[in-house]
Amino acid sequence: MEAFRYEAPTTLDAALALLAREAAVAPEQRPAILAGGTDLIVQMRGGLRRPAAVIDVKRVPELARIDVGADGLSLGAAVPCASLRGREDVRALWPGLVEAAELIGSMQIQGRATVVGNLCNASPAADTVPSLLVLGARVRIAGPRGVREVPVSDFCVAPGRNALAPDELATALFVPRPAARSADAYLRFTPRAEMDIAVVGAAARVTLAPDGRCTAAAVALGAVAERALLAPAAAEALVGTRLEPASLARAADAARAAARPIDDKRGTAFFRRHVTGVLVTRAVERAAARAGARP
Amino acid sequence: MSARRLAVEARVNGDPVEFLCDPEQTLLEALRDELGLTGTKEGCGTGDCGACSVLLDGALVCSCLVLAAEAEGREVRTVEGLAPRENGGDRSLGVLQRKFLEHAALQCGICTPGFLVAADALLARNADPSESEVRYGISGNLCRCTGYDKIVRAVLDAAVELRRAKAGGGA
Repeated sequence: MEAFRYEAPTTLDAALALLAREAAVAPEQRPAILAGGTDLIVQMRGGLRRPAAVIDVKRVPELARIDVGADGLSLGAAVPCASLRGREDVRALWPGLVEAAELIGSMQIQGRATVVGNLCNASPAADTVPSLLVLGARVRIAGPRGVREVPVSDFCVAPGRNALAPDELATALFVPRPAARSADAYLRFTPRAEMDIAVVGAAARVTLAPDGRCTAAAVALGAVAERALLAPAAAEALVGTRLEPASLARAADAARAAARPIDDKRGTAFFRRHVTGVLVTRAVERAAARAGARP
Repeated sequence: MSARRLAVEARVNGDPVEFLCDPEQTLLEALRDELGLTGTKEGCGTGDCGACSVLLDGALVCSCLVLAAEAEGREVRTVEGLAPRENGGDRSLGVLQRKFLEHAALQCGICTPGFLVAADALLARNADPSESEVRYGISGNLCRCTGYDKIVRAVLDAAVELRRAKAGGGA
Protein backbone atom coordinates (compact mmCIF):
# COMPACT_ATOMS: atom_id res chain seq x y z
CA MET A 1 0.00 0.00 0.00
CA GLU A 2 1.16 3.53 -0.69
CA ALA A 3 1.63 5.87 2.25
CA PHE A 4 -1.40 7.66 3.64
CA ARG A 5 -2.38 9.50 6.81
CA TYR A 6 -4.69 7.61 9.16
CA GLU A 7 -7.40 9.68 10.81
CA ALA A 8 -9.92 8.39 13.33
CA PRO A 9 -12.30 11.24 14.19
CA THR A 10 -14.63 10.73 17.14
CA THR A 11 -17.37 13.15 16.09
CA LEU A 12 -19.31 13.62 12.87
CA ASP A 13 -18.26 17.28 12.73
CA ALA A 14 -14.58 16.29 12.95
CA ALA A 15 -15.05 13.72 10.16
CA LEU A 16 -16.76 16.33 7.95
CA ALA A 17 -14.05 18.91 8.71
CA LEU A 18 -11.39 16.42 7.58
CA LEU A 19 -13.32 15.75 4.36
CA ALA A 20 -13.78 19.48 3.72
CA ARG A 21 -10.08 20.13 4.25
CA GLU A 22 -9.11 17.37 1.82
CA ALA A 23 -11.82 18.01 -0.78
CA ALA A 24 -9.54 20.24 -2.84
CA VAL A 25 -6.85 17.61 -3.48
CA ALA A 26 -6.53 15.89 -6.84
CA PRO A 27 -9.33 13.37 -7.42
CA GLU A 28 -7.04 10.33 -7.31
CA GLN A 29 -5.69 11.46 -3.92
CA ARG A 30 -9.07 12.22 -2.33
CA PRO A 31 -9.53 10.83 1.14
CA ALA A 32 -11.05 7.41 1.52
CA ILE A 33 -13.73 6.68 4.08
CA LEU A 34 -12.87 3.53 6.02
CA ALA A 35 -15.84 1.73 7.54
CA GLY A 36 -15.52 -2.05 7.03
CA GLY A 37 -12.56 -1.72 4.67
CA THR A 38 -13.26 -5.01 2.89
CA ASP A 39 -13.38 -3.25 -0.48
CA LEU A 40 -11.16 -0.26 0.33
CA ILE A 41 -8.12 -2.08 1.73
CA VAL A 42 -8.13 -4.53 -1.19
CA GLN A 43 -8.38 -1.61 -3.64
CA MET A 44 -5.54 0.26 -1.93
CA ARG A 45 -3.33 -2.81 -1.85
CA GLY A 46 -3.99 -3.37 -5.54
CA GLY A 47 -3.03 0.24 -6.32
CA LEU A 48 -6.53 1.06 -7.56
CA ARG A 49 -6.91 3.76 -4.93
CA ARG A 50 -4.18 6.01 -3.59
CA PRO A 51 -5.82 8.28 -1.01
CA ALA A 52 -3.69 10.85 0.80
CA ALA A 53 -5.75 10.20 3.93
CA VAL A 54 -7.87 7.34 5.22
CA ILE A 55 -10.67 8.50 7.51
CA ASP A 56 -11.83 5.71 9.82
CA VAL A 57 -15.40 6.60 10.80
CA LYS A 58 -15.98 3.73 13.22
CA ARG A 59 -15.26 5.88 16.28
CA VAL A 60 -18.12 8.28 15.53
CA PRO A 61 -20.80 6.99 17.94
CA GLU A 62 -23.90 7.91 15.92
CA LEU A 63 -22.58 6.02 12.88
CA ALA A 64 -22.43 2.79 14.92
CA ARG A 65 -26.15 2.74 15.74
CA ILE A 66 -28.98 0.44 14.71
CA ASP A 67 -32.30 2.09 15.58
CA VAL A 68 -35.68 0.49 14.96
CA GLY A 69 -38.37 3.13 15.41
CA ALA A 70 -42.05 3.54 14.65
CA ASP A 71 -41.24 4.84 11.17
CA GLY A 72 -38.52 2.36 10.27
CA LEU A 73 -34.90 1.30 10.52
CA SER A 74 -31.93 3.63 10.75
CA LEU A 75 -28.73 1.73 10.03
CA GLY A 76 -25.49 3.60 10.71
CA ALA A 77 -22.61 3.68 8.26
CA ALA A 78 -20.24 1.91 10.65
CA VAL A 79 -22.50 -1.04 11.52
CA PRO A 80 -20.99 -4.30 10.24
CA CYS A 81 -23.29 -6.88 8.65
CA ALA A 82 -22.50 -9.31 11.49
CA SER A 83 -24.24 -6.95 13.92
CA LEU A 84 -27.54 -7.61 12.15
CA ARG A 85 -27.21 -11.33 12.84
CA GLY A 86 -28.36 -11.08 16.44
CA ARG A 87 -31.04 -8.45 15.81
CA GLU A 88 -34.21 -10.49 15.57
CA ASP A 89 -36.28 -7.28 15.54
CA VAL A 90 -34.58 -6.23 12.30
CA ARG A 91 -34.84 -9.69 10.75
CA ALA A 92 -38.55 -9.92 11.64
CA LEU A 93 -39.38 -6.72 9.75
CA TRP A 94 -36.84 -6.80 6.90
CA PRO A 95 -35.90 -10.47 6.40
CA GLY A 96 -34.81 -9.92 2.79
CA LEU A 97 -32.35 -7.19 3.73
CA VAL A 98 -30.84 -9.35 6.49
CA GLU A 99 -30.55 -12.39 4.21
CA ALA A 100 -28.76 -10.21 1.63
CA ALA A 101 -26.33 -8.93 4.30
CA GLU A 102 -25.69 -12.53 5.40
CA LEU A 103 -24.70 -13.49 1.85
CA ILE A 104 -21.87 -10.96 1.62
CA GLY A 105 -18.48 -12.67 1.56
CA SER A 106 -18.01 -14.86 4.63
CA MET A 107 -18.40 -14.60 8.40
CA GLN A 108 -15.03 -12.84 8.41
CA ILE A 109 -16.11 -10.34 5.76
CA GLN A 110 -19.43 -9.73 7.52
CA GLY A 111 -17.49 -9.02 10.72
CA ARG A 112 -16.23 -5.87 9.01
CA ALA A 113 -18.28 -5.07 5.90
CA THR A 114 -21.15 -2.59 6.31
CA VAL A 115 -24.41 -2.27 4.39
CA VAL A 116 -23.72 1.43 3.78
CA GLY A 117 -20.28 0.54 2.44
CA ASN A 118 -21.79 -2.12 0.20
CA LEU A 119 -23.99 0.63 -1.26
CA CYS A 120 -21.23 3.28 -1.48
CA ASN A 121 -18.92 0.85 -3.29
CA ALA A 122 -21.56 0.95 -6.04
CA SER A 123 -20.88 -2.49 -7.45
CA PRO A 124 -23.60 -3.62 -9.88
CA ALA A 125 -23.54 -7.00 -8.07
CA ALA A 126 -23.79 -5.64 -4.48
CA ASP A 127 -26.08 -8.01 -2.59
CA THR A 128 -27.85 -5.52 -0.32
CA VAL A 129 -28.68 -2.95 -3.00
CA PRO A 130 -31.60 -4.80 -4.68
CA SER A 131 -33.07 -5.31 -1.19
CA LEU A 132 -32.66 -1.63 -0.34
CA LEU A 133 -34.32 -0.73 -3.66
CA VAL A 134 -37.47 -2.80 -3.12
CA LEU A 135 -37.75 -1.40 0.42
CA GLY A 136 -37.63 2.20 -0.79
CA ALA A 137 -34.58 2.93 1.38
CA ARG A 138 -32.94 6.35 1.49
CA VAL A 139 -29.32 7.34 2.13
CA ARG A 140 -28.69 10.01 4.75
CA ILE A 141 -25.83 12.23 3.69
CA ALA A 142 -24.04 14.81 5.85
CA GLY A 143 -21.89 17.57 4.44
CA PRO A 144 -20.94 21.21 4.88
CA ARG A 145 -24.31 22.26 3.42
CA GLY A 146 -26.23 20.23 5.99
CA VAL A 147 -27.99 16.89 5.81
CA ARG A 148 -29.78 15.55 2.74
CA GLU A 149 -31.48 12.31 1.86
CA VAL A 150 -31.18 10.54 -1.48
CA PRO A 151 -33.28 7.53 -2.53
CA VAL A 152 -31.08 4.46 -3.01
CA SER A 153 -32.43 4.33 -6.59
CA ASP A 154 -30.61 7.63 -7.32
CA PHE A 155 -27.44 6.93 -5.34
CA CYS A 156 -25.35 4.64 -7.54
CA VAL A 157 -24.59 6.38 -10.81
CA ALA A 158 -22.12 3.99 -12.48
CA PRO A 159 -20.00 0.99 -11.53
CA GLY A 160 -17.91 2.15 -8.55
CA ARG A 161 -19.40 5.66 -8.58
CA ASN A 162 -22.00 7.15 -6.27
CA ALA A 163 -23.77 10.48 -5.81
CA LEU A 164 -21.62 11.71 -2.91
CA ALA A 165 -19.77 15.02 -3.33
CA PRO A 166 -16.10 14.90 -2.20
CA ASP A 167 -16.95 16.70 1.04
CA GLU A 168 -19.97 14.53 1.89
CA LEU A 169 -20.35 11.44 4.05
CA ALA A 170 -23.10 8.81 3.90
CA THR A 171 -24.01 8.52 7.58
CA ALA A 172 -26.89 6.02 7.56
CA LEU A 173 -29.56 4.23 5.62
CA PHE A 174 -33.20 4.78 6.44
CA VAL A 175 -35.53 1.88 5.61
CA PRO A 176 -39.28 2.53 6.02
CA ARG A 177 -41.26 0.13 8.22
CA PRO A 178 -43.14 -2.35 6.00
CA ALA A 179 -46.92 -2.08 5.63
CA ALA A 180 -49.15 -4.73 7.22
CA ARG A 181 -48.93 -8.16 5.50
CA SER A 182 -45.82 -7.05 3.59
CA ALA A 183 -42.48 -8.82 3.38
CA ASP A 184 -39.29 -8.90 1.34
CA ALA A 185 -36.85 -11.54 0.11
CA TYR A 186 -33.50 -11.66 -1.67
CA LEU A 187 -31.93 -14.50 -3.65
CA ARG A 188 -28.80 -14.67 -5.73
CA PHE A 189 -27.10 -17.15 -7.99
CA THR A 190 -23.42 -17.96 -7.36
CA PRO A 191 -21.41 -21.07 -8.19
CA ARG A 192 -20.03 -21.13 -4.63
CA ALA A 193 -22.23 -20.49 -1.59
CA GLU A 194 -19.79 -18.16 0.19
CA MET A 195 -17.05 -15.76 -0.83
CA ASP A 196 -18.58 -15.30 -4.25
CA ILE A 197 -20.10 -12.44 -6.22
CA ALA A 198 -23.63 -12.58 -7.56
CA VAL A 199 -24.01 -13.70 -11.16
CA VAL A 200 -27.59 -12.48 -10.77
CA GLY A 201 -29.41 -11.16 -7.69
CA ALA A 202 -33.13 -10.55 -7.29
CA ALA A 203 -35.11 -8.89 -4.50
CA ALA A 204 -38.87 -8.74 -4.13
CA ARG A 205 -41.32 -7.07 -1.76
CA VAL A 206 -45.03 -7.85 -1.80
CA THR A 207 -48.08 -6.75 0.17
CA LEU A 208 -51.01 -9.14 0.37
CA ALA A 209 -54.66 -8.36 1.12
CA PRO A 210 -56.34 -10.68 3.66
CA ASP A 211 -57.84 -12.61 0.71
CA GLY A 212 -54.35 -13.28 -0.70
CA ARG A 213 -54.49 -10.72 -3.50
CA CYS A 214 -51.24 -8.80 -4.09
CA THR A 215 -51.92 -5.10 -3.48
CA ALA A 216 -48.39 -3.74 -3.82
CA ALA A 217 -45.07 -5.07 -5.07
CA ALA A 218 -41.52 -4.13 -5.97
CA VAL A 219 -38.86 -6.11 -7.83
CA ALA A 220 -35.17 -5.23 -8.14
CA LEU A 221 -32.29 -6.89 -9.96
CA GLY A 222 -28.55 -7.04 -9.32
CA ALA A 223 -25.60 -7.87 -11.59
CA VAL A 224 -27.62 -7.56 -14.80
CA ALA A 225 -26.93 -3.90 -15.60
CA GLU A 226 -24.34 -1.21 -14.85
CA ARG A 227 -26.06 -0.80 -11.48
CA ALA A 228 -28.74 -2.57 -9.47
CA LEU A 229 -32.13 -1.52 -10.79
CA LEU A 230 -35.82 -1.61 -10.04
CA ALA A 231 -38.01 -3.49 -12.54
CA PRO A 232 -41.35 -1.63 -12.27
CA ALA A 233 -42.97 -3.61 -15.09
CA ALA A 234 -42.30 -6.82 -13.17
CA ALA A 235 -43.96 -5.35 -10.08
CA GLU A 236 -46.97 -4.19 -12.12
CA ALA A 237 -47.43 -7.73 -13.43
CA LEU A 238 -47.97 -8.87 -9.83
CA VAL A 239 -50.28 -6.19 -8.42
CA GLY A 240 -53.94 -7.19 -8.47
CA THR A 241 -53.14 -10.88 -8.98
CA ARG A 242 -53.11 -13.79 -6.56
CA LEU A 243 -49.50 -14.51 -7.55
CA GLU A 244 -50.61 -17.60 -9.43
CA PRO A 245 -48.08 -19.21 -11.81
CA ALA A 246 -49.25 -17.26 -14.89
CA SER A 247 -48.77 -13.92 -13.07
CA LEU A 248 -45.35 -14.96 -11.78
CA ALA A 249 -44.36 -15.93 -15.31
CA ARG A 250 -45.44 -12.50 -16.59
CA ALA A 251 -43.36 -10.83 -13.85
CA ALA A 252 -40.39 -13.04 -14.72
CA ASP A 253 -40.69 -12.08 -18.40
CA ALA A 254 -40.88 -8.39 -17.50
CA ALA A 255 -37.78 -8.74 -15.30
CA ARG A 256 -35.90 -10.49 -18.13
CA ALA A 257 -36.86 -7.61 -20.42
CA ALA A 258 -35.60 -5.05 -17.88
CA ALA A 259 -32.24 -6.83 -17.51
CA ARG A 260 -29.43 -5.68 -19.75
CA PRO A 261 -26.64 -8.06 -18.73
CA ILE A 262 -23.19 -8.46 -20.22
CA ASP A 263 -21.04 -11.51 -20.89
CA ASP A 264 -18.20 -11.76 -18.41
CA LYS A 265 -16.20 -14.36 -16.49
CA ARG A 266 -19.12 -14.97 -14.11
CA GLY A 267 -21.68 -15.77 -16.77
CA THR A 268 -23.05 -15.02 -20.19
CA ALA A 269 -25.74 -12.45 -20.88
CA PHE A 270 -28.01 -15.27 -22.11
CA PHE A 271 -27.60 -17.23 -18.89
CA ARG A 272 -28.04 -14.14 -16.71
CA ARG A 273 -31.28 -13.21 -18.44
CA HIS A 274 -32.63 -16.72 -17.93
CA VAL A 275 -31.62 -16.82 -14.25
CA THR A 276 -33.15 -13.38 -13.71
CA GLY A 277 -36.60 -14.80 -14.40
CA VAL A 278 -36.03 -17.85 -12.21
CA LEU A 279 -34.81 -15.81 -9.24
CA VAL A 280 -37.56 -13.20 -9.53
CA THR A 281 -40.19 -15.95 -9.44
CA ARG A 282 -38.63 -17.57 -6.38
CA ALA A 283 -38.01 -14.27 -4.57
CA VAL A 284 -41.67 -13.25 -5.06
CA GLU A 285 -42.85 -16.63 -3.78
CA ARG A 286 -40.57 -16.36 -0.76
CA ALA A 287 -41.67 -12.80 0.02
CA ALA A 288 -45.34 -13.80 -0.40
CA ALA A 289 -44.99 -16.75 1.98
CA ARG A 290 -43.52 -14.42 4.58
CA ALA A 291 -46.15 -11.73 4.01
CA GLY A 292 -48.95 -14.28 4.30
CA ALA A 293 -47.57 -15.42 7.65
CA ARG A 294 -47.73 -11.88 9.05
CA PRO A 295 -50.66 -10.34 10.89
CA MET B 1 11.58 5.19 12.99
CA SER B 2 9.62 7.69 10.94
CA ALA B 3 7.51 10.46 12.47
CA ARG B 4 4.55 8.91 10.70
CA ARG B 5 4.56 5.93 13.00
CA LEU B 6 1.50 5.54 15.17
CA ALA B 7 1.49 4.33 18.77
CA VAL B 8 -1.21 1.75 19.38
CA GLU B 9 -2.37 0.34 22.70
CA ALA B 10 -4.57 -2.73 22.63
CA ARG B 11 -5.18 -6.03 24.39
CA VAL B 12 -4.03 -9.18 22.64
CA ASN B 13 -5.11 -12.53 24.08
CA GLY B 14 -5.91 -10.76 27.33
CA ASP B 15 -2.55 -9.05 27.70
CA PRO B 16 -2.10 -5.29 27.32
CA VAL B 17 0.27 -4.51 24.44
CA GLU B 18 1.79 -1.38 22.95
CA PHE B 19 3.35 -1.20 19.53
CA LEU B 20 4.32 1.26 16.83
CA CYS B 21 3.03 0.86 13.30
CA ASP B 22 2.91 2.64 9.97
CA PRO B 23 -0.56 3.75 8.84
CA GLU B 24 -0.33 1.30 5.92
CA GLN B 25 0.47 -1.67 8.11
CA THR B 26 -2.29 -4.22 8.54
CA LEU B 27 -3.20 -5.80 11.85
CA LEU B 28 -1.82 -9.05 10.43
CA GLU B 29 1.57 -7.43 9.80
CA ALA B 30 1.61 -5.80 13.24
CA LEU B 31 0.77 -9.07 14.99
CA ARG B 32 3.52 -10.90 13.18
CA ASP B 33 6.23 -8.25 12.75
CA GLU B 34 5.74 -5.92 15.73
CA LEU B 35 4.40 -8.36 18.35
CA GLY B 36 6.08 -11.58 17.22
CA LEU B 37 2.78 -13.47 17.16
CA THR B 38 3.49 -15.49 14.04
CA GLY B 39 0.68 -18.02 14.54
CA THR B 40 -1.59 -15.88 12.37
CA LYS B 41 -0.74 -16.56 8.71
CA GLU B 42 -1.08 -14.59 5.51
CA GLY B 43 -2.73 -16.57 2.72
CA CYS B 44 -4.24 -14.38 0.04
CA GLY B 45 -4.02 -10.90 1.56
CA THR B 46 -7.42 -10.01 0.11
CA GLY B 47 -9.89 -11.51 2.60
CA ASP B 48 -10.69 -14.55 0.47
CA CYS B 49 -8.94 -17.36 2.33
CA GLY B 50 -9.43 -16.67 6.06
CA ALA B 51 -5.92 -17.86 7.05
CA CYS B 52 -5.37 -14.60 8.95
CA SER B 53 -8.64 -14.81 10.93
CA VAL B 54 -8.65 -13.22 14.37
CA LEU B 55 -11.32 -11.95 16.71
CA LEU B 56 -11.51 -8.15 16.97
CA ASP B 57 -13.72 -7.14 19.90
CA GLY B 58 -15.30 -10.57 19.53
CA ALA B 59 -16.03 -10.28 15.79
CA LEU B 60 -14.41 -12.78 13.43
CA VAL B 61 -12.41 -10.78 10.87
CA CYS B 62 -9.56 -11.18 8.40
CA SER B 63 -6.63 -9.37 9.98
CA CYS B 64 -5.24 -8.65 6.49
CA LEU B 65 -8.25 -6.35 5.96
CA VAL B 66 -7.81 -4.44 9.23
CA LEU B 67 -5.35 -1.59 9.63
CA ALA B 68 -3.11 -2.04 12.66
CA ALA B 69 -4.07 1.46 13.81
CA GLU B 70 -7.70 0.37 14.03
CA ALA B 71 -6.79 -1.92 16.94
CA GLU B 72 -6.31 1.08 19.26
CA GLY B 73 -8.22 0.37 22.47
CA ARG B 74 -9.60 -2.88 21.12
CA GLU B 75 -9.36 -6.53 22.15
CA VAL B 76 -7.69 -8.93 19.72
CA ARG B 77 -7.73 -12.72 20.06
CA THR B 78 -5.37 -14.76 17.92
CA VAL B 79 -4.71 -18.47 17.58
CA GLU B 80 -2.12 -18.16 20.36
CA GLY B 81 -4.99 -17.24 22.69
CA LEU B 82 -6.67 -20.59 22.07
CA ALA B 83 -4.00 -22.32 24.14
CA PRO B 84 -4.82 -21.98 27.83
CA ARG B 85 -2.12 -20.84 30.23
CA GLU B 86 -0.92 -23.40 32.74
CA ASN B 87 -0.04 -22.46 36.30
CA GLY B 88 3.59 -21.98 35.39
CA GLY B 89 2.63 -19.48 32.66
CA ASP B 90 3.35 -21.81 29.74
CA ARG B 91 0.58 -22.48 27.30
CA SER B 92 -0.79 -25.94 26.51
CA LEU B 93 -2.96 -26.91 23.58
CA GLY B 94 -6.66 -26.13 23.79
CA VAL B 95 -9.36 -28.68 23.02
CA LEU B 96 -9.83 -27.55 19.41
CA GLN B 97 -6.10 -27.64 18.76
CA ARG B 98 -5.82 -31.13 20.25
CA LYS B 99 -8.75 -32.40 18.19
CA PHE B 100 -7.19 -31.03 14.99
CA LEU B 101 -4.10 -33.13 15.77
CA GLU B 102 -6.09 -36.25 16.72
CA HIS B 103 -8.16 -36.10 13.54
CA ALA B 104 -5.17 -35.17 11.34
CA ALA B 105 -7.17 -32.13 10.27
CA LEU B 106 -4.16 -30.38 8.79
CA GLN B 107 -1.45 -31.03 6.27
CA CYS B 108 0.64 -28.01 5.32
CA GLY B 109 -0.79 -26.04 8.23
CA ILE B 110 -0.96 -22.55 6.71
CA CYS B 111 -4.75 -22.42 6.88
CA THR B 112 -4.97 -24.10 10.30
CA PRO B 113 -4.76 -21.05 12.61
CA GLY B 114 -7.59 -19.42 10.67
CA PHE B 115 -9.74 -22.54 10.89
CA LEU B 116 -9.06 -22.78 14.62
CA VAL B 117 -10.05 -19.18 15.26
CA ALA B 118 -13.18 -19.47 13.07
CA ALA B 119 -14.16 -22.75 14.76
CA ASP B 120 -13.55 -21.24 18.19
CA ALA B 121 -15.84 -18.33 17.28
CA LEU B 122 -18.48 -20.78 16.04
CA LEU B 123 -18.39 -22.89 19.22
CA ALA B 124 -18.56 -19.76 21.37
CA ARG B 125 -21.94 -18.84 19.90
CA ASN B 126 -23.20 -22.38 19.20
CA ALA B 127 -21.99 -25.10 21.55
CA ASP B 128 -23.84 -27.88 19.71
CA PRO B 129 -23.56 -27.17 15.98
CA SER B 130 -24.83 -29.54 13.29
CA GLU B 131 -22.41 -30.65 10.59
CA SER B 132 -23.89 -28.12 8.17
CA GLU B 133 -23.56 -25.36 10.77
CA VAL B 134 -19.88 -26.29 11.17
CA ARG B 135 -19.41 -26.24 7.41
CA TYR B 136 -21.10 -22.84 7.25
CA GLY B 137 -19.06 -21.54 10.20
CA ILE B 138 -15.77 -22.35 8.45
CA SER B 139 -16.92 -21.44 4.94
CA GLY B 140 -14.80 -18.28 4.95
CA ASN B 141 -11.67 -20.41 5.32
CA LEU B 142 -9.94 -22.17 2.46
CA CYS B 143 -7.85 -25.33 2.80
CA ARG B 144 -6.12 -26.69 -0.29
CA CYS B 145 -4.87 -29.91 1.36
CA THR B 146 -7.42 -31.71 3.49
CA GLY B 147 -10.72 -31.62 1.67
CA TYR B 148 -12.35 -30.21 4.83
CA ASP B 149 -13.85 -33.46 6.06
CA LYS B 150 -11.30 -34.05 8.80
CA ILE B 151 -11.56 -30.43 9.86
CA VAL B 152 -15.34 -30.73 10.20
CA ARG B 153 -14.98 -33.94 12.22
CA ALA B 154 -12.38 -32.34 14.49
CA VAL B 155 -14.65 -29.36 15.20
CA LEU B 156 -17.65 -31.61 15.90
CA ASP B 157 -15.56 -33.79 18.22
CA ALA B 158 -14.20 -30.72 20.03
CA ALA B 159 -17.78 -29.52 20.52
CA VAL B 160 -18.67 -32.84 22.15
CA GLU B 161 -15.71 -32.69 24.50
CA LEU B 162 -16.31 -29.05 25.39
CA ARG B 163 -19.97 -29.74 26.18
CA ARG B 164 -19.00 -32.75 28.27
CA ALA B 165 -16.42 -30.70 30.19
CA LYS B 166 -18.99 -27.99 30.83
CA ALA B 167 -21.62 -30.48 31.99
CA GLY B 168 -19.09 -32.14 34.29
CA GLY B 169 -17.96 -28.82 35.75
CA GLY B 170 -14.68 -29.08 33.84
CA ALA B 171 -13.58 -32.15 35.80
